[in-house]
Amino acid sequence: MTLLEITLLIPLLGGLFLALVGHRPIAGWINIAVGVMTFGAALAMALEVLDHGPQLSPSRMFYIDAFNVYLVVLTAFVGLTTSIFSRPYMRHEVERGRVTSRRLRLYHAMYQCFLFSMLLALSTNNLGILWIGMELATLTTVLLVSLYRTPEAIEAAWKYFILCGVGIAQALFGTVLIYFAAETKLGAGRNDTLLWTVLHESAGGMDPAVITLAFVFLLVGYGTKVGLVPLHNWLPDAHSEGPTPMSAVLSGLLLNVALYALVRVKMLVDGSLHSNLAGNLMMGFGLLSFTVAGLFLHRQHDVKRMFSYSSIEHMGLITFGFGMGGPLATFGALLHMTVHSLTKSAIFITVGHACQLAGTQRITQIRGLIRTQPAIGWGLLLGTVAIAGFPPFGVFISEFLLLMATMKAWPWLTIPLLVGFGVAFAGLFRHMQKMVFGEPPPGQMPVEANMLPVVVHLLLVLWLGLAIPGFLSRWFEQATVLITGASPL
Amino acid sequence: MEFASLSLYNQAIILFAALALFMSFIMLAQARMMPLIFTFAWQGLLLTVVSVLVAITSGHPELHISAAITFCLKVVVIPWLLYRLSIKLNMQYDAEAMTHPTLLLLGGVALVIFSYHVSQSIVHLSGLATRNTIAVSMAIELLGMLLMIARKSAVAQVIGFMSMESGIFFAAVVSTYGMPLIVELGLAFDILVASILFGVFFFHLKDSFGSLNVGQFNRLSEANQAMPASDAAEPAPGERS
Repeated sequence: MTLLEITLLIPLLGGLFLALVGHRPIAGWINIAVGVMTFGAALAMALEVLDHGPQLSPSRMFYIDAFNVYLVVLTAFVGLTTSIFSRPYMRHEVERGRVTSRRLRLYHAMYQCFLFSMLLALSTNNLGILWIGMELATLTTVLLVSLYRTPEAIEAAWKYFILCGVGIAQALFGTVLIYFAAETKLGAGRNDTLLWTVLHESAGGMDPAVITLAFVFLLVGYGTKVGLVPLHNWLPDAHSEGPTPMSAVLSGLLLNVALYALVRVKMLVDGSLHSNLAGNLMMGFGLLSFTVAGLFLHRQHDVKRMFSYSSIEHMGLITFGFGMGGPLATFGALLHMTVHSLTKSAIFITVGHACQLAGTQRITQIRGLIRTQPAIGWGLLLGTVAIAGFPPFGVFISEFLLLMATMKAWPWLTIPLLVGFGVAFAGLFRHMQKMVFGEPPPGQMPVEANMLPVVVHLLLVLWLGLAIPGFLSRWFEQATVLITGASPL
Repeated sequence: MEFASLSLYNQAIILFAALALFMSFIMLAQARMMPLIFTFAWQGLLLTVVSVLVAITSGHPELHISAAITFCLKVVVIPWLLYRLSIKLNMQYDAEAMTHPTLLLLGGVALVIFSYHVSQSIVHLSGLATRNTIAVSMAIELLGMLLMIARKSAVAQVIGFMSMESGIFFAAVVSTYGMPLIVELGLAFDILVASILFGVFFFHLKDSFGSLNVGQFNRLSEANQAMPASDAAEPAPGERS
């Protein structure tokens, strides 16, 4: 059994185990333990890839190259840190009576199953399994969005289920079309036609008409899960109504995985079409999402909703970067995926504590965090500073790279980008200042909070802003070569 | 291509595929819950028959497995589940108020024409005898989506969702003689889990909203987000139990 299969098996078995014991007080610790094991296995697997290069499992079911290895590690890492956060958070929710012990069991089991589905989607070599992993990720999270059983939560979960269901069905149709194109090229009767490695080798000979049609379906399908405007409606609802650990992993990880699927498909399409059609479509959707989400930031009255619009904005930017293609933009987009994921999950963790502190998610009622509990206040402030793209945090570097690439390839588009950055910055800080500083309402008491994940995430983002470690930049470079065919360095 | 020049099996395939598409139109126009569920089951049965016929004519025995999966899920499990839930939730006689049924059906016709137009450019690539039905499968998928968009009842939306899934499954059968087995099994598993989750949601919807009409969903729309005046009126999210 390879290390990768172990990485996949641990969360699956952990999820099944937690389905039995997830309601006990110790379940929070078990959840963390499973997270530690998954992260350890993922790290060992990554070291192996670092030494020996891309790996194809003996059955050819799984494939790890420079593009997905760091995403697997990132997913396992954020899964671990969020589980550390979720233990005190969920205990608090149980004490307040918002979650019964049965639902707590459901929560713990589904948390690990969700991580499994994402790791499966990331590491599989089969486009069909990739789709199954994405659908499984929806199915495992939909009951978590409605965990609180309020009318709002149920409405959000239904919307999430239906919109993502419809979207992802389009992606399946696109997958069928790719299979159709590959089979006309490679001949029927082979059982490896849907393997990504096989498809990538033979992309050149696939029929452009079918591939174009397939890409449109796949873009709509996976784009729904990325949260691209105008298919983003489910995202703010699902993020704001579910428990906060869910918001952290949805925003930090699921969106990345969906974007990963989209970029994998784009690599095939580019190989077949020899034009920039896929890239241009992605640029258009990306820029639209970036702009619209930045404007919507200003209208929000719910703090989790606000940060979910910020996620849409950043996902739009990354999609734009991948769409632009070119080594510099792709390198920037890969880096941005990492730093956004780390920063945004740190923010959601802090926001979760802040909401428990204030007893509400309404921005107007969250006041004076820094005075009541300085750790939470500073965490939120620094997280927001980081996500808004201030130096020296990593988000600044990746946004700067993307801006440079835009200036080279599409000079005129730097204007909407710069305006968008400004609008988003203003949108975040007009609310932030009062929440962090302001006068705390009388009787506001500190809550039990574990800020370790936030500190670790923000330190990592800071590190990535100051110096990217050699192995990571090599992976980014190799991934860039894989995606664009040229090196950025 | 002359219809009469095809073999009898191929004529049957086209006939049953066309009937399955016709079922999609009936579902679009059917406002009552029970007939809607039965029509969906009939569509599943027709698609099963087509899969079996394709399996016989093409000499691909593994397509029998696809047919069996379609039969179990789309003819037995899902309709039965929906039927039981409708009775349990006491809504077997419910009918939905349809707005603009004519427009809806005309939209359906437009989607079918669109599917034929789109698949025109790809059909010639396929050497398969069943290629004439690629457009039908795409039309079933798009009509399922139209059903989901146009209807406000949760049951109709679920049926639309499952019908889309049927259309895609059917597309795989007729364009490539089925996906690899592991993918088909994974798909079937996902759909099964989805149908159970939908059932769970029916109870939640009924408990919270008193009905399965999702047209009344407006708590989370952006228009309502921008009304600070409602801050005082509605309880803060943290205090909802």
